[in-house]
Amino acid sequence: MFLVIGSNMTEAHPVAATFVKNAVLNGARLVVVDPRRHRLVDFADMHLPLKVGSDIALLNAIMHVLIEENLYDKAFVAEHTTGFDQLKETVQACPPEKAAPVCGIDATTIRKVARLLASVKPVMVCYTLGITEHTCGKNNVMSVANLQMLLGNMGVEMGGVNPLRGQNNVQGACDMGALPNVYPGYQPVTDAKACEKFETAWQTTGMSQEVGLMIPQMMDGLVDGKVRGFYIFGENLANTEPDIHKVEHELASAEFLVVQDIFLNETTRFADVVLPAAAWSENDGTFTNSERRVSRVRTASPAPGVAMPNWWIFREIARRFGHAWPSNSGREIWDNEISMLAPSLGGIKYHRIEGDGLQWPCPTVEHPGTAYLHRGGQFTCGLGRFTPAEWTPPAEVPDENYPLVLSTGRRLYHYHTRTQTGRCEGLNDLLGEETADISFVDADRLGIENGERIRVKSRRGEVAVRANVTPEVPQGMVWMAFHFREGNANWLTNAAFDPFTLTAEYKACAVRIEKM
Amino acid sequence: MAQGSISINGNRFPFEPEQTILQIAENNQIRIPTLCYLKGASPTGACRICVVEVEGARSLLAACSTPAVDGMVVHTESPRVVASRRETLELLLASGNHNCAIGSTREKDWTAFQMQAAASDNGEDLCPAWGDCRLQDLAYHYQVEGGKYPRTTPPYPMETVNPLIVRDFSRCILCGRCVQACNEIQVNRAIDFGYRGVAAKVVAGTDVPLKDSQCVFCGECIQACPTGALVEKKARFVWRPWKNRKIRTTCPYCGVGCQQWLHVQDDRIVKVTGVEDGAPNQGRLCVKGRFGYDFIYSDERLKTPLIREGDDFREASWDEALDLVADRFKAIIKESGSDALAGVSCARSINEDSYQMQKLFRGVFKTNNIDHCART
Repeated sequence: MFLVIGSNMTEAHPVAATFVKNAVLNGARLVVVDPRRHRLVDFADMHLPLKVGSDIALLNAIMHVLIEENLYDKAFVAEHTTGFDQLKETVQACPPEKAAPVCGIDATTIRKVARLLASVKPVMVCYTLGITEHTCGKNNVMSVANLQMLLGNMGVEMGGVNPLRGQNNVQGACDMGALPNVYPGYQPVTDAKACEKFETAWQTTGMSQEVGLMIPQMMDGLVDGKVRGFYIFGENLANTEPDIHKVEHELASAEFLVVQDIFLNETTRFADVVLPAAAWSENDGTFTNSERRVSRVRTASPAPGVAMPNWWIFREIARRFGHAWPSNSGREIWDNEISMLAPSLGGIKYHRIEGDGLQWPCPTVEHPGTAYLHRGGQFTCGLGRFTPAEWTPPAEVPDENYPLVLSTGRRLYHYHTRTQTGRCEGLNDLLGEETADISFVDADRLGIENGERIRVKSRRGEVAVRANVTPEVPQGMVWMAFHFREGNANWLTNAAFDPFTLTAEYKACAVRIEKM
Repeated sequence: MAQGSISINGNRFPFEPEQTILQIAENNQIRIPTLCYLKGASPTGACRICVVEVEGARSLLAACSTPAVDGMVVHTESPRVVASRRETLELLLASGNHNCAIGSTREKDWTAFQMQAAASDNGEDLCPAWGDCRLQDLAYHYQVEGGKYPRTTPPYPMETVNPLIVRDFSRCILCGRCVQACNEIQVNRAIDFGYRGVAAKVVAGTDVPLKDSQCVFCGECIQACPTGALVEKKARFVWRPWKNRKIRTTCPYCGVGCQQWLHVQDDRIVKVTGVEDGAPNQGRLCVKGRFGYDFIYSDERLKTPLIREGDDFREASWDEALDLVADRFKAIIKESGSDALAGVSCARSINEDSYQMQKLFRGVFKTNNIDHCART
């Protein structure tokens, strides 16, 4: 059984969705929780079209029923978890009748879905950015984990909490320590021993043990002058971050901006230096997917002009600071550095992943890799900790002036800001422009025809796009993506962030639509 | 768990419940040719190529759809089997524009046929699937020349009105693999069999062009097609198996990490297919994975370092650009400290690149101001 929440798998992770659909055809149950009636709903036993940003209320109400009706996994909770009493206290205050008006799902349905979830073991939860891109994103994730621990679905094959990573190597970039708080393999930068280990390995001294800045803090720093030199590698921040007017002001404030990319894009307009990089098929290396599988990436053709591999560019800058880095290929960097320094990757070497990749943790070269975590209910920190959360509304909710909720996401035929897919023959023909997806009810109310150009306005900006009147979208919602510069949803989105993760609330802001 | 054993070509093999003759043969390295059988989908027994002789059975049985029974005695290449397969292949070769070299000796109207196929293809090359066609392989294997039966005229014109997939009904043998790929593997439910008898056709929706149907252009149907009936538009008559080098890699789009074969000719990727049996995607790809590769050859690629000059950029050498970056960063560190620098790494690039960038910021610049778009 699957619980898919906040994930439009058929468009954002199409191949993963095929396996879910196969399982459903073979008799697996499927519950989809999503405001939109996207294509996976066609295969679902139950679809809960909750109100945007009400996930915690719904999940707490489900857990309320599981505890009230004694349907939870008492043995798992007793043996493998801690903090049940706090969870019980929090969810007891959230009966389905109380959650119903918040999430727009009636109490009977909430009870029904709770019973269904408790009736099958294991249940696999898949979530994507519908969970994380909220000001309560961290609490959303914790609530999903609470549910799975309560149901005893952790540490088993086909169970667990499975975030589908949006980008090909977002898992890997985290694993590699491209995060302000951890070295490769999630070793904290605040740990003096870890710092010493990396100083020794990198033959350097005086490394910082202070946690660094996250992207939104860096952007603020550009404006207040705390960040003077900014180095953007392969990100088109001018289109991907919320509130483009704000982002462009920040980028324009940068004193010295280096952008390393494969194309000129909206972000390079602000650069002082642009460095040409080799692309995906011009490099030997590895990607790490959502299942923590490290797979090979291979060179198929040479890079154009004098474009060079990214690792080479960083190495050359280090050399100019007097650091002679020995590794001189993707393989040397992985085999001689990464897998030596990150214990969970210690057993992964290029010669072992010529064919299929290996899933970390893989500590030794004899280790077969790890398909799922927390086997037998053994959590990294010992007992699984229930972290109860209370529902909080999005930072900006609809009102008289902006009566609709704008939620954003990805569409099948394009990827991010189209720097790649926009230059592939055929894909633009299949989807050539942004649309505002709206419900039949709202379209009727405003007299908007399908395909008509309309204006979408938020407190931060406005765009003119065609209306896509669709049964996928519920009344009161506008749904858009950020693939196209023109009509980009990020002219409208709200730069409000989760206080812990600083993930922006791309999934909820208030807008109005107007005929042109 | 063994349910007994069967004899194939004189050797005995144990089997598990519900195993078919074909599965037992494959598990024991005995080759039974197939055409319509698609791994992972339910066998249909439609094409009759995998027929085998089972002692005591009245007729030949399709190995793909016949479950093994204890004591069965099977012959996979008996004279009866071979004659049946040859007959099936003759009929299939007569059913459309199968204009490979097979059949050239017996047919009097070979030239006229080639001219008609070339006109249909709008080109002079032989079939786009030449050298990568199961029908051609089998015809060669069983030395079937074609021409025994009069050729039927293809009843439906080629469909080219979408940017990615060419549907050439003149080369469709109605094996149904594409229908299964769409409905059972990818479960997109875009195509199915339509019409009846000689009018049978694989149709999208109510026989509309793919672009007007539920099709999401994953191209699983192309990968499943055993002939030249479904071909990538971008690779049609460009990709040729004898010019081709296959390189395994990982898809550059979402976080599923699908394994791809890059088909490379003259240092250019000309098509992409899924790595059958590879983890995690078992050969499956989506529209971006299969068709989203040619951005790397865009004329707009950055080819040289650029340095700002007023409102514009000027071209620079690596040394000049990197010296400038290093000098400016050194000056900023000297004036304002290491934390006045910040960097954003790339979640699309390889692990080794992200590793190097955080190493540069931490080990060289001495700041932990390094992040990437995990928050987006």
